[in-house]
Formats: sequence, C-alpha cells, structure tokens
Amino acid sequence: MREAAVISEPNPLQRIPGVAMVLVLLIALFSVIAPGFLSVANLSNVLVQSTILTMLALPMTLIIMTEGLDLSMGAVLTLTSLCVAIVSLATKSMLLGLGAGLLVGTAFGVANGWLVAILGIPPFVATLGTLGMAQGLSLIVSDGQSVVGIPHSVRDIYSATLLGVPVPIVMALVTYAAFHGLLYHTRFGTYIFALGGNREALRYAGRSPNRLLIAVYAIGGAMAGIAGLLMTARMNSGHPTAGLGLEFDAIAAVAVGGTSFERGNGWLLGTLLGVLSVGVLRNGLNLISLPSSVQVASVGVLVIVALFLDGLRSRA
Amino acid sequence: MTDITKEAMVPPRSFLSQDAIQVFYRLLAALLICAVLAVLSDSFLSLGNILNVLRQASLTFFIASGLTLVVLTAGLDLSVGANVALSACIAGTVIHKTGSPALGILTGLACGGIVGLLNGIMVTALRIPSFIATYGMLWVLNGLTYWYMAGETLHGFPAGFRQIGSGYLFGLPIPVYLLLVFLGIGTLFAQRTIWGQEIYAIGANPVAARLSGIPVARRLLLVYAVSGTMAGLASIIFLSRLNSAEADIGESLTLPAIAAVLIGGTSLFGGVGTVFGTFIGALILTLVLNGMNLLSVSANWQPLVTGVIVILAVWLDMKTRRGTQ
Repeated sequence: MREAAVISEPNPLQRIPGVAMVLVLLIALFSVIAPGFLSVANLSNVLVQSTILTMLALPMTLIIMTEGLDLSMGAVLTLTSLCVAIVSLATKSMLLGLGAGLLVGTAFGVANGWLVAILGIPPFVATLGTLGMAQGLSLIVSDGQSVVGIPHSVRDIYSATLLGVPVPIVMALVTYAAFHGLLYHTRFGTYIFALGGNREALRYAGRSPNRLLIAVYAIGGAMAGIAGLLMTARMNSGHPTAGLGLEFDAIAAVAVGGTSFERGNGWLLGTLLGVLSVGVLRNGLNLISLPSSVQVASVGVLVIVALFLDGLRSRA
Repeated sequence: MTDITKEAMVPPRSFLSQDAIQVFYRLLAALLICAVLAVLSDSFLSLGNILNVLRQASLTFFIASGLTLVVLTAGLDLSVGANVALSACIAGTVIHKTGSPALGILTGLACGGIVGLLNGIMVTALRIPSFIATYGMLWVLNGLTYWYMAGETLHGFPAGFRQIGSGYLFGLPIPVYLLLVFLGIGTLFAQRTIWGQEIYAIGANPVAARLSGIPVARRLLLVYAVSGTMAGLASIIFLSRLNSAEADIGESLTLPAIAAVLIGGTSLFGGVGTVFGTFIGALILTLVLNGMNLLSVSANWQPLVTGVIVILAVWLDMKTRRGTQ
C-alpha cells in the first residue's frame, strides 16, 4: 500500500512552480496597479476572507482526487448557513446552530456519496441534482427572506481573535493540518489516492471503494456545515443565496493548485495556494474597482487556463 | 480472438425500434400526469392553460434539443442557461440601438453559436472534460453578462418582434410552430443524416468512431456550436416573450434543460436517445411544474423538484439499461 501511495504522490518540483508562480505574479501585479493592496490590513483581510473557501477547497481536493466532483457545495453551504442562523436564533445557542449545520451538511454529503457510489450516477450530474435540492430547500426554509437577528455568540466568531490571530484563520489552519494528516499520514488517505488511481488495488486490499467514496463526500458535506457557521457569522445573517457559486471558486482553487481531474493525484498545499490565488485575484480586482461580475469571469478564465496546462502536462 | 469475432457477429442495434419503446413509455407517463392533474385541478384542462404548457415546454425544448446532441456524444453543456442570458442581452441591445429585429435575431444566434464553438474548442483542441469546460464557461458568461448589463434592464421591443414569443397563429402560440419545425429538423438530422449517425457513433464508442474515419473533433465542434446556437434561438424567444432582458434570466434554465434531456431517455453515457424523447421530457417536466403551480405550491419548491427529477431520471435510465444488458 505504501508503494502505491508513493507512486501516485505528485512530484512537487514539477508542480510548485505552476501555482506558486500564479500567486506571486498576481501579488506582484496588484501591488503595482492596486493602491493599498500591500497594506497589512488588506492582506489580513484577504486571509480572513479566504477561510471559508479553504474549508470548501480542501474537501473538494479529496473529492476530485477520487475522479469525482461536488457541484452542490455552494448550495449546501447556503443551506447550512441558513440552518445555523435559524437554529441559533431559535435556541440562542451557537453550538446547537453549528450542530444543525453539521448535521444537514453531512446528510447532503452522504446523499451525494450514496448517489455516486451505490447508484453509480456520474458525480457532476448527481451533485447537480442535489445542488437543485439544496437550493430549493434554502428557499423553502427561509421563504426567500434573510434570517436576521442571530445571537452575538455566532457573529463574534468571525471577529474574535486567538493570541492575536483571527479565529477564522485559526479554524482554517486547523482544518488544513487535519486534512494534511488525514491524506498523507493515515491509511484512509492512502486509500483515497487508490480510489482515484487504482480502484482495483483497493478491492484486492479488501476495502470497499463504495464506503470510502461515501466517506469522502460526507467529509465535504460536513466541512460545508462548518463553513456555514463562518458564513453566517461573516454576514451576521442567513441569506438564501449567500453561498451560491462558491463551489466554483473551490473547484478553481483545486484546479489552479495542480490537482488533476483525471489521474487521481492531489496536492493539498497546492490547493491552499490556489485558494490564496483566487482570494488575491478577487481582492485585487475589487481594489481597482472592478465589479464582482468581472471577478467571476476572471476566475473562470483562470480555471480554463489551469485545466489547459494540466492537459498539456498529462500529455507531456 | 473469439470474443472479438463474437462481438462482430452481433447485429448492429437498431436505434429506432428500442427508442420507440422508450418514447412510448414516456408518452404514457405524460398522459398519466395529465390525467392526475385534470382530476386534481379544474383549470388544468382549460385551453389557456394547455397552450401555456405548450409554450413553456417549447422554451425548454429549444435549449434542450441542442443539448441532446451534446449528451449523445457523451458530453454535457452546463453553459446553456448563461449563454441564453448573454445572447438575450446582446440581441436586445442591438435591437434597441439599430431598431432592426432581424439584425438583433442574427446577433443573438451568432452570439450563442460563438459561445458554443468556444465550448467545442475547449473540449476538442484543449481536451478539457466537457462538464468542467462548460462549467467554467458558465461563470465566464455570467460574469460578462452582469458586467455588460451593470444592473440595468433592457425593456420595450418593437411589436412585430414581440409576436415571436407571445403571438398566435391559427389559435396556437408561435413558439409551438417553431417547436414543431425544430423537432422535425432535429429528428431528421439525428436519425436520417450521416452526420447525425456519426454523432451517435461518437457517443457509443469514440475510439471506434475515430478508427472508422469519422472526423470526431469536427463533429464535436458542430454539436457544441449547434447547442450554443439553439441557446441563442431560445434567447430570442425569451426576449420577445418577456419584452425585457436582465442579466439573471438564464440562471433557472440550465437544470430544467438537462432534466428534459435526461427524462427524455438520452443516456449521459452517450450514443442512446432521441430529439423526440427530449421533446416528451420537456413536456413532462413542464407538466409537473405547471401542476405544482395550479395546486398553488410555492415556486420555491421548483429547484428541489427539478433536482429530484434529474437524479431519478438518470437512475431509471441506468437501471433499465442494466436490465437489458
């Protein structure tokens, strides 16, 4: 098993230049053309704003490594954010709100995994279906309205600091450490590499690919639940369209970060750099007063370029 | 060796006969839904409502018919809804600026076609998986449309132009005639032309298709361009029906179009399905949504129901095909 993992692990030397160069180029570009980009306040703003995306992009990396995709993540995040808002509003308890978000998110993750693994529905269509379902449920539970008046205990999570570091950043770092440990230092992680690269080997090892797949999608759903808490805290409300489209930024971060869509290898640090690239791109365009529509289009171009380069590399 | 000869001995599967049975089942399902709705709601069988269903179904069909060809090649075009929005906004601007509906229609069709062509180039030349390439395109188009419109709404088009979407001819809405025309063209193209058969062959087995001399890349380009152009056509119908254009009109169109294709029995894995099936699929989906509307179910439920239908349709398709193999 160890050998299989070593073989499918990417060659960092081949990959670091790609995504790191993108990030450095973007930072260099915006320090020149965007006044105030390099200020400490703005840079820490970029980091804090990237935390929600980090929590989606890391599990998305695992999902894409299994040759899967989760298009429902943004819609599920929206739904869990609403659940956090509604439950914490009703019970005045942040923890119960988080619990509700986790529960709903994990339920959607398990449903995604079940559709993909047990029913064998192609991931992009299965999760497109659950995207519609989560979006519909968001509209139904909120009746299309914002949920306002949530308790301070929720809102404070976004603004609080721990030893001078903003709590969202601490949460993102803990998440990264957990994913790193999970993927590179546990058997489960090795199996995830095998899910994408060599499913046959898993069967010989006596492992059920189906259960592993469901677990991977469930992790994605659970992370959307935790990110839902941050989203609600950030907006100080629940909104029925808050997270729509965020899955696209997550997929962009994974693609830019050098995880392949077709060969079952992934690189978590690359995803983290990809998240920062997307964050810097959006922040920089924002600073030079380009509307969010242009930001969305630029991220789209970034993805297509990254995939094109990935295609070149796989043929090389 | 024996395996290969055995496979060669199996007679080629006739697309028409098996598809005819599949379409028959779906017609039955549509009739069943009609019967249930007629019992549950008094206003379902009114002429006004039936014409409304047909008009609504035709809008879904225009987008879904081009998409059917893409899915037949085992691809997917997730950008159709965003394409409709951009094409509608650009066509609307041209009509406002020049006062010429004909020029606007041509622009809308061209815009849709160019977007489709770009999708085709990403899939063929850049070899990006179609669902990812068109998903990226979706967001690029969304961004462009919102940026271009900057929150504005285009409103008020010439009366003649509005006839296309809201006018009647011999008591039937004009989109219904367009539906019949494109249903005919689509069916003839897919079933009776060599290009159409080559599209089926590419979906069934791309390697075999390439080895037997089919220009796969060129056919794929064609298929994505047709899908884009049909989105452009749908944008014109939308524009003239709504008499206005906004950046967000495409957002609720993609999922229903995919649902129509899948309900219609076109397989996600390529090579199986018909344009006529997609028409029945569009009809079934519209009947369900119309029924919810008549029974005063909130419109908030529509994405949920469409999502469930998409998953059910794929699952049923896989189950029946597993059964026949």
